[in-house]
Amino acid sequence: MTTTTLVPDLPAGNRRPVRAGRPLTRVSGLGLGVAMVWFSLLVLIPLAAVVVTASEGGWDGFWRTVTNEQTAATIRLTVGTALLVTLVNIVMGTLIAWVLVRDRFFGKRALEVLIDVPFALPTIVAGLVLLSLYGPDSPLGVNIANTRIAVFLAFLFVTLPFIVRTVQPVLAELDQEAEEAAASLGASRFSTFRRIILPSLTPAIAAGAALSFARAVGEYGSLVLLSGNLPMRTEVASVRILSSIENDNPDSAAAVAVVLLAISLAVIVVLDVLQRRVMRRG
Amino acid sequence: MSIEISNVGKRFGDFVALDDVSVNIPSGRLTALLGPSGGGKSTLLRIIAGLERADTGRVEIEGVDATGLPPQKRNVGFVFQHYAAFKHLSVRRNVAFGLEIRKRSKDDIRRRVDELLALVHLEQFGDRLPAQLSGGQRQRMALARALAVEPTVLLLDEPFGALDAKVRKELRDWLRRLHDEVHVTTVFVTHDQEEALEVADEIVVINEGRVEQIGSPDDLYDRPANEFVMRFLGPVTQLGDQLVRPHDLQLSTGAGDRAGVPGRVTRVTRVGFESRVGVITDDGQAVTVTLTRNELLALGTEVGDEVRIRLAPESPTTTSTTPAQSAPVSLTKKFASAGGANLTQTS
Amino acid sequence: MADRLTAARTPVGHRPGRYVLRTVVTAYLFFLVAWPLYLVGRNAFAGGSASFQDILTDPDVTHALQLTVVIAVVAVVINTVFGVGISILLVRYDFPGKRALNALLDMPLSVSPIVVGLALILVYGGRDGWFGPSLEAAGFQIIFAVPGMVMATVFVALPLVVREVVPVLQEVGDEQEQAARSLGANAWQTFRRITLPSIKWGVVYGVVLSLARSLGEFGAVKVVSGNVLGDTRTATLVVEEKYLNFDKGGAYATAFLLALVAVACIIVVSVLRPKEER
Repeated sequence: MTTTTLVPDLPAGNRRPVRAGRPLTRVSGLGLGVAMVWFSLLVLIPLAAVVVTASEGGWDGFWRTVTNEQTAATIRLTVGTALLVTLVNIVMGTLIAWVLVRDRFFGKRALEVLIDVPFALPTIVAGLVLLSLYGPDSPLGVNIANTRIAVFLAFLFVTLPFIVRTVQPVLAELDQEAEEAAASLGASRFSTFRRIILPSLTPAIAAGAALSFARAVGEYGSLVLLSGNLPMRTEVASVRILSSIENDNPDSAAAVAVVLLAISLAVIVVLDVLQRRVMRRG
Repeated sequence: MSIEISNVGKRFGDFVALDDVSVNIPSGRLTALLGPSGGGKSTLLRIIAGLERADTGRVEIEGVDATGLPPQKRNVGFVFQHYAAFKHLSVRRNVAFGLEIRKRSKDDIRRRVDELLALVHLEQFGDRLPAQLSGGQRQRMALARALAVEPTVLLLDEPFGALDAKVRKELRDWLRRLHDEVHVTTVFVTHDQEEALEVADEIVVINEGRVEQIGSPDDLYDRPANEFVMRFLGPVTQLGDQLVRPHDLQLSTGAGDRAGVPGRVTRVTRVGFESRVGVITDDGQAVTVTLTRNELLALGTEVGDEVRIRLAPESPTTTSTTPAQSAPVSLTKKFASAGGANLTQTS
Repeated sequence: MADRLTAARTPVGHRPGRYVLRTVVTAYLFFLVAWPLYLVGRNAFAGGSASFQDILTDPDVTHALQLTVVIAVVAVVINTVFGVGISILLVRYDFPGKRALNALLDMPLSVSPIVVGLALILVYGGRDGWFGPSLEAAGFQIIFAVPGMVMATVFVALPLVVREVVPVLQEVGDEQEQAARSLGANAWQTFRRITLPSIKWGVVYGVVLSLARSLGEFGAVKVVSGNVLGDTRTATLVVEEKYLNFDKGGAYATAFLLALVAVACIIVVSVLRPKEER
């Protein structure tokens, strides 16, 4: 059965078993301890306090608060608009990422900068920015201030970068040979996009969508000047929480906050799962 | 004895990287740790350097117990497969790094760096950044950097693994000459048996976390301790239940010749200066015999000829653990139709 | 990398579809970001530089601007130290709960700033927070004071440095650090001479982005500041107050200053980034 053998099976490189990281040393352990204390004091304990405060009134109290007519309306508006905005972002964000990666034209660098503006711009300024084009003094002659469209527009503005920035790197790393192979096998531009490109982008799009949804749900600053915060019409969940705080009613503020936190937490879990999937695909 | 490793064990999770390894590495010599990937040789080297900590056992360097010492206290020079060049520092600053850490005087450092750059032939490249060097130059820089601190031992982890074949051969010769000049105790890891046989004074064969054999290149090649070493160090073929080197086999065509195993030639392939003759014995075993071109011409054998196979006297053999079987016809066909230099793995 | 790929491959697609997509994207960004942004500038200069003279001579506004800068700088310093430290721990070390910590670090990005403010009040509020009353008894007022505003700002900008530094650390790997240690460098020398220079750009981006975020934080700061005129009022709160008090000129002028800093931060990052990737 024996033929000739040169060298037993050898992969090209000589890779050690993957070492995820070193165990903690004394100094790094101390550093981790300090970091965790700080992180707990700043983030974990305060967020726990929100949950504890919300639960003090029992399940009934919590349920009564969040199903209160005005509160429920804010949650419906916030979540509904956030979903709608996320859908728009899925299409527009992917499109923008596509153009930024695959196209080359004069002024592309400027568009790159514009994408990040909503991220760096103070939210109150973002509201003012939108107001100047779509408010009472609009040069376009439209006035959407104090309407639900204003809420939609504000969400759209502040969530602009998320999908673009998650999809862009994945698209840039994408193996164009696979597309060329698909084309050589007779696939049209569209079916190449749908069958070859889109599946590789899906985890990144989903991760960006989750971030953009979470950001929209929690948005406050850009709405202050733009939406008028009209109860039952343009009032969003964050505004509702703030008015509860200002009316010295921390329990109901905490109850609504818990709803938002649950959404954030769900987003984090989704993100964590998706990031692992993106990493596996390389 | 310069480096004394006793009963060292190391696990990564469930994976046993080293299983109770004991090796003595002599002073002033060039020793190769040879073995397949994942066999534990790099882990052993990293344990000597202190970059990895052994779960059990002891490491002594020049009589000092180094088991618990962090790498910066061991005074070893380490050269990485992918150079580990300090990308933000010039070649000079890279080489000077260890000396700066040791707070040598500026003049001292300058003199020593000049010396080392001359040694590795990078005098004109001192002010460049590593990114502006070729792979071979970067590895020479890394070597100078490791030598700058006058290490007790120099450790090289697959130092030429990332380089292309030609540069690799050059650097290999150059390392051998460098070692003859500098004489620092040197241990290098490689999975390339040719590299180990060519460069090392002493070879430690490591597989699956265990030491298979320690010896000079000649020892290992001529007197392999077991089947693994025999197979790992060069081509083998099986004759009866013996593993032998194809070039230790001789063919004869004389009709009156009674010695040797009878068979029939199934294939003749010429690869450069050597020729490989496929023979199927009367027992149905496929055997490969390597002849020089002249031997083949003298023999004048062709496909279909009756031949006899004999083992040259004093040739190394080991007993195969895979029992000899009759080769099924289909396999014979497959072998006969396989492409020229295409050598199949034994099962 | 992206640019090189595009450069090598784009000539393939000279199709009308490309121009359509390009136009759609440009128009979308023009109407959503560029034009409104330009109008803020125009409105700010509507009365010449008068609005700017007004706000810059108003002691309440200048105090607010100073306070904003102080809070942002302190928050950025804290987040940089924390961010670099935690990034190194996450990338280079193994410890139980690492995955959970990694996921939780992103939490501040998806928590509403109002909830951040509420959470801090519930713990550090002087009247009936968990720790607040005892801290106030010891002389530390956090809520309705600068420390609380710093905490709120640190909270919202927390992940930015980590998110920039972690990928860079992964990318450079730990071989250079190991080489440094084998050459005799101790942990601190290795960090200062090898690790820090190789993650330098990641840290710079993280710092610039955190700075932009910190200067512009509004909701969380509003909740914990109490918005006391001339005391705990920041620049973003000035914008709101001026606008609601029908001082549009002042609001636009202050907003313009903030927008200017934000856009400058982005441009700094976008100019620096490709340089390092080459």
